[in-house]
Amino acid sequence: MTTDRPVGERLWAIGIWALVVFFVLNFTAMVAAVVINSFGTRWFNAWLPAGFTTRWYESAWNEFQLYDVLIVTFEVVGAVILLSGLLGVPAAYALARRNFPGKQLVILLFLLPMLIPPITFGIPLATVLYQAHFGGNVSGVILANLVPSVPFVVLVMMPFIEQIDPRIEAAARVFGAGTGRLFVHVLLPLLTPGILAALLLVLVRTIAMFELTFFTAGPESQTLVVALYYAVYAAGVRAGQSIDAMAVIYMFTTLVWLLIALRFVDPTQIVTRAKNETAA
Amino acid sequence: MSESATDTAANSTPLRGRLALSDLDGVTLLALPAMLFVVTLFIYPFAYGFVLSFQPKTGNWLANYTKFFSDPFLYDTIEATFRLAIPATLINVLLSVPVALRVRRMRRRRLLTAILVIPITLGTVLIAEGLLTYLGPQGWFNRVLLMFGVGPVRLVHNYTGVMLSLILSGFPFTFLLTLSYLTGIDPSLEQAASTLGAKARARFVHILLPLLAQGLAINLCLSFVQTFSVFPSAVLLGAPSGDTRVISIAAYQAAYEQYDSSMASAIAMIMGFCQLVVVVLILSGRSLVYRGATGGGKG
Repeated sequence: MTTDRPVGERLWAIGIWALVVFFVLNFTAMVAAVVINSFGTRWFNAWLPAGFTTRWYESAWNEFQLYDVLIVTFEVVGAVILLSGLLGVPAAYALARRNFPGKQLVILLFLLPMLIPPITFGIPLATVLYQAHFGGNVSGVILANLVPSVPFVVLVMMPFIEQIDPRIEAAARVFGAGTGRLFVHVLLPLLTPGILAALLLVLVRTIAMFELTFFTAGPESQTLVVALYYAVYAAGVRAGQSIDAMAVIYMFTTLVWLLIALRFVDPTQIVTRAKNETAA
Repeated sequence: MSESATDTAANSTPLRGRLALSDLDGVTLLALPAMLFVVTLFIYPFAYGFVLSFQPKTGNWLANYTKFFSDPFLYDTIEATFRLAIPATLINVLLSVPVALRVRRMRRRRLLTAILVIPITLGTVLIAEGLLTYLGPQGWFNRVLLMFGVGPVRLVHNYTGVMLSLILSGFPFTFLLTLSYLTGIDPSLEQAASTLGAKARARFVHILLPLLAQGLAINLCLSFVQTFSVFPSAVLLGAPSGDTRVISIAAYQAAYEQYDSSMASAIAMIMGFCQLVVVVLILSGRSLVYRGATGGGKG
C-alpha cells in the first residue's frame, strides 16, 4: 500500500512470499523431475540424465497395457459424467427452486459423501458391491465413483440454479410452454455453462479418484491412477523411467481437462463451492 | 411464488394442494432419484458395514473390536495416524492464513490459485511417485542440499516422506478454502478499523480472526479428516510396516489380504469414529472463540 511500511511488516511479507515461492518451486521441480526422468536414458549421480530417448513411453505403453487401461478409464469417466449429470442436475433444480420441509436434511445427505473421506466409506461400499456382484468389474467402479460425484454435481449446480431468475421460467409458462419445452428452450441453454463446469470438475476428480476405484476394481477394470499405484508399488520390477513415463501420461490426461475446466470456473470453486454449503 | 395457483389447487384437490403449499410437488420429486442413489450406495453400505462389524468370523459380537484394541500391531495404527494427521493439519491450516492474507490483495490471484489447484488435481498417487524421484537420495532436492554442504538426507520411505506429501497435497486445499472465506469478509470492516487507527496485528486479532473462526474450524475439520485417511502415500512414500503404518493400511490388509470384511468394516468404523471425535472437538472448541453471527462464508 504505502511505501513507508515498518520493517517488521515488510520482512513478514517477504517471508510469506518466500514460502509461496518455495512451495511452487519444489512442486514444479518435482513434476519436472518426473518428466525429465521419463525421457532420460541413464540418470545416476548427475543433475541431468546422460541422454534423452522416447523409448520408455513405448515400453510403458506395452508393459502396463496402457491402451486397455485408458479405454477403461474413459469408459468409467464417461459413464460417471453422464449418470451424475442425469441424477444430479434435476436434484439440484428441485433443491434450488423448492423449500420443502426436511430440505436441510436432504442437503446433509448430499454433503456427507463429500465430507467423509472415500477410505472410510470405501471398504463397506466395496463389500456391498462385491455381494451384489458389482465388485471387480467396470460397473462396480462406475457405481463407486458415482457416490461422491452425484452429490458434487448437486452441490455445485444448486447455487448456480438459484441465481437464475425464476421469473424467466414463469414468463415461459405464461406464454404457454409446457414443462418439456420449458426445459429444452429455457432452462437448458441457461444451465449449460454450469452443467459444463460441474461435469468437467467431475471428470477431473474421477480421473484422479484413487481409493474408491482401488477398492472396487478387478484386474480388468483398473483406471489409470490405480494402474499407476500398482506400478509404483511394485517399483523395482520395472524401470523407474517406465513408471515415470506412465506418470507423465497420467498427468497429461488429467491436466488437459483441468486446463479446459479452468477456462469455465474459478479455481477456488474446485474446493470451496460445495464446502461453502457447510457454512451456510 | 405462485400463491394464487396453489390456492386454487388447494380448493380442488386438498391433499395435493396442502403438499404444494409446503413446496412438495412434481419438481420436488426430481430430487428423488439422486436421494435414492445416495441412500442405496452410501447410507446403506455404511449401516451394513456397521452391522457387519459386529458379526465377526469367530468369537462373540464384539470380537473384532476386542481384537483390534488388544493387538498392538492394530491399535498402534491409531497413534501412527494421529502422529501424521495432527501436525500435517495444523501446519497446513496455520500456514494458509498468513499466505491467504497476502494473496487476497494480489492482482494475479487467479494465476496463483490455478497453479495451486494442480497438486490437488494430480492426486496423492502421482505426488508419491514424483516425490520418490525428487526427494530420493539421487534426487534434485538432495543434490541442492549437498551443494550447501548438508549430507544426503533420508526423506522417503519414512515419516518425513509421508508428511511432505501430506503438506504438498493438503496445503493447496486448505489455502484455497481459507482464501475463499477471507475474500467473503467485507473489506470495509477492516478499512473502518484502519481509519480508527488499528494496526495490522490489531485488525487481524480483533476483526479478521473472529470472523474467520467459523471458516477455520471447518477447514481444520476437513483437512484433518483428509489427512487421517491417508493411504497411497503412506504405502508408497512411507514405511508401511513401520512408523507410517496408518489405520487405513490396517483396514486394507484386513479386507484384501485376510479377506475378513467383518474385521475390515470394524476398522473402518473405528477410523470413522476417530474422525468424528476430532470433528466434534474442533466444532465445540470453536464455540469458545466464536461470538455472534459472522457470515464468514461466501456462499
